[in-house]
Amino acid sequence: MRERRAARESGRAREFAAFAAGAGGRLLHAATLLTGESPGDIPGGPLGENSAAERLLTAALARTYARWDRLRGEDPYDHTRRELATLFAHRAWRYRRPRGGLLGQLTPQERLVLVLRLHEGVAEEQAAAALGLPVERVRAICTRSVALMRSRAPETRRARPEPRRAAGAAS
Amino acid sequence: MSSHDRKEDVVRRMLNGPHPAVPPDLADRAAGRGRRMLRRHRAVRAVGWVLLIAAIIAFTVWAVIVQPWTTPPTDTTPPLEGW
Repeated sequence: MRERRAARESGRAREFAAFAAGAGGRLLHAATLLTGESPGDIPGGPLGENSAAERLLTAALARTYARWDRLRGEDPYDHTRRELATLFAHRAWRYRRPRGGLLGQLTPQERLVLVLRLHEGVAEEQAAAALGLPVERVRAICTRSVALMRSRAPETRRARPEPRRAAGAAS
Repeated sequence: MSSHDRKEDVVRRMLNGPHPAVPPDLADRAAGRGRRMLRRHRAVRAVGWVLLIAAIIAFTVWAVIVQPWTTPPTDTTPPLEGW
């Protein structure tokens, strides 16, 4: 019994390590977009010790690890992404302050919708279900965020006079 | 391709900017935290089972001793009427 549990634990740890090594980069990029942090000007530059994105991703990955044996065929990547979105939505108020990242001018909810829909390619219905919003609302937020992002395309980049208030932040 | 799709594509390309480097110990930290979480869940479940079994045993013992399904013996004689 004890040996069987030990064998299962080591097997799980191995599978999880392989998954995290493969998916870590993409997930950390998504987490960085969500928290609105800047990955630095150097591609692949360090985020800094224990950044908010890293903490967010560690929490999401830990939850995936804890559920590893009960995923029942669900893709661990999808599960981690869902955990990431849920954790971010719960802590959205912490990320209202712009941090100089690409999506710094958007509200946390707009960032979440944009990352899920455009970066992760999640279907509108799934994103709406994950956020607990009607599909039309997700579509409207996505359209608005796209327009906002295009209005500050790289050549017209400038700081907004004041950060947008996070009215109706991701709930 | 509609203009809406094209706009989305532009933003999608913007989102695909430089990726941050993944710290080498991130997976280990997550695994350690997940392991602690799992242990905690298991402990909570074990305590729940112990409480449930204790409650069942306590109820059974009480039921066997008190036998609440038997009618209690009458303490008073019924009043005599019709004399």
